[in-house]
Amino acid sequence: MSAAAPLPASDDVPRPQVDDVPLLEVESISKTFGNVTAIRDVSMRVRAGEVVCVLGDNGAGKSTLIKTLAGVHQPTTGRYLVRGQEVQLASPRDALSHGIATVYQDLAMIPLLSISRNFFLGSEPTTGVGPFRRYDVRKADRVAREELAKMGITIRDTSQPVGTLSGGERQSVAIARAVYFGARVLILDEPTSALGVRQAGVVLRYIVQARERGCGVIFITHNPHHAYPVGDRFTILNQGRSEGTWDKADISREELVQRMSGGTELAQLEHELRGVDADGSRS
Amino acid sequence: MAATETAPAQRDDRLQTSGLVRRLLNRPELGAAAGAIAVWLYFAIRAGDSGFLSKSGTASYLEVAAELGILAVAVSLLMIAGEFDLSIGSIIAASGMTIALTYDQWGWPLPAGIALAVALSLLIGFLNGLLVVRTGLPSFIVTLATLFILAGATIGITRAVTGRTQVGGLAEAGGYDVVHKLFASSIGGFSVSIAWWLGVAAFATWVLLRTRFGNWIFGVGGSNAAARNLGVPVDRVKIMLFMATALAACLVAVIQAVKFGGTDVLRGRGREFEVIIAAVIGGTLLTGGFGSAIGAVFGALIFGMVRQGIIFTGVDADWYQVFLGTMLILAVLVNAYIRRKAAESRR
Repeated sequence: MSAAAPLPASDDVPRPQVDDVPLLEVESISKTFGNVTAIRDVSMRVRAGEVVCVLGDNGAGKSTLIKTLAGVHQPTTGRYLVRGQEVQLASPRDALSHGIATVYQDLAMIPLLSISRNFFLGSEPTTGVGPFRRYDVRKADRVAREELAKMGITIRDTSQPVGTLSGGERQSVAIARAVYFGARVLILDEPTSALGVRQAGVVLRYIVQARERGCGVIFITHNPHHAYPVGDRFTILNQGRSEGTWDKADISREELVQRMSGGTELAQLEHELRGVDADGSRS
Repeated sequence: MAATETAPAQRDDRLQTSGLVRRLLNRPELGAAAGAIAVWLYFAIRAGDSGFLSKSGTASYLEVAAELGILAVAVSLLMIAGEFDLSIGSIIAASGMTIALTYDQWGWPLPAGIALAVALSLLIGFLNGLLVVRTGLPSFIVTLATLFILAGATIGITRAVTGRTQVGGLAEAGGYDVVHKLFASSIGGFSVSIAWWLGVAAFATWVLLRTRFGNWIFGVGGSNAAARNLGVPVDRVKIMLFMATALAACLVAVIQAVKFGGTDVLRGRGREFEVIIAAVIGGTLLTGGFGSAIGAVFGALIFGMVRQGIIFTGVDADWYQVFLGTMLILAVLVNAYIRRKAAESRR
């Protein structure tokens, strides 16, 4: 039951409605550190070709949730299922072998390393045998260029350092890399939060691109305006609990913003600010 | 929503023009190569007629550069991976003394003494690396400790065993002829150590640019955490590089011990700083992630030319150190500028 069946094995099992089986599903997982409960009773799932957004303010438990999904932490309670099979992930490497890749906001790329070397870092293609086995520069350059082209990024010189790319492009290269190395589920940790409006747009487009290619995407953000255009479903986290999950059809952008920022608090704040403004104009 | 960027054609043009300039700037060894040419021209003009340009003059600065260069190449790789090794000077002393003492006390043939010295230096490198990756302490501190421990132990043991600080007579040791041919002979007036230097540099360059391990070196130095996330065996890479610098130090110890027919407990002292400066002049970043072995070759060449060139010009050799410091500052400034250019985001 709890055996961590590798992906190919589960392919052999005949499955009537394979598209309906979530690529990744967690059932009421909790994670406690000592006597601090970071997340409590969170359930969510992502299917192929679907973007699920996890929204939450700072301290809502987003990073614990990401790390649990990514295999860094093991859930204290609850079930973790990959394509309907319960698994226990021992490490991020283990998650990767199940097709679950995580792209971290600031750890995505090494700025001084070239694009193709970044793309293949840790999984370099080689050619030749024995002591003459060497890094296949040509293949690395070609594949990196092709894969980026599939994501709509045209790069002539893949030997330029990643640092010459814009922030949005860097995140996109990381996404392309994860997809190339067989990721079925992409977990994106705040990929847009450090970016300007235009660059965030670039990344959002690649998220859609990855979805079109059949990936399941879990998009973690604190920005409902980034989440709404690309998301199919929205889960809001607050103080380690899930406040609920909505399909796009069931929630408007305004409502999402409201719920996300704790609705009444924001209304209260707006009210107070209006008061300050009124005071200011009076004196 | 996702309104993006300019048209592809326009964008490619932009990439191409900035690419040419950048590609030149991105060669870490560019500055050092230019510097080496400048230094050579300077001494060719100032000291050309007093022997700098002669064959023996050239051979003398190449020999100085070779011994430094073997070390600088290895240290460059380590520095690209984001670590330091201050203990190389002490490893030279310890390895040389191992060879000398095994002959002096037990009459071991040279190849046996060398084998023991190699094993010892690899062990020291391994321990350096293990300590750094296990404790997470800066390698600066760890290898500074190794520097003192090894230097002290070398002096202590040598004096306790022989009552002296110099041990010689290696020319009478078994296997001296073969070993001398390999490490200390000269070919057409040029020291064989130059061949070792170029060989080590060629091998290091190949590893760096054409193997998976080389890619890992850059990755580890560029971002430890990112490399680890991508499955690079970070600890193994670092430990192996510490072992490589120790081995390079041992090679230099062998070359010197065979050349002089003996060694001194202070041999190699202070070398670590010259080596780090040579690596930095060669374009290797102190913070890791960027650099080259070829750059270290040029860095060492600059050193060799200046040290010998100063003698040829008849200037007091004390000024050599002033030059060292000045070059270091200049190199770091140039590197910082290049790095900023290379890592600059395109907006």
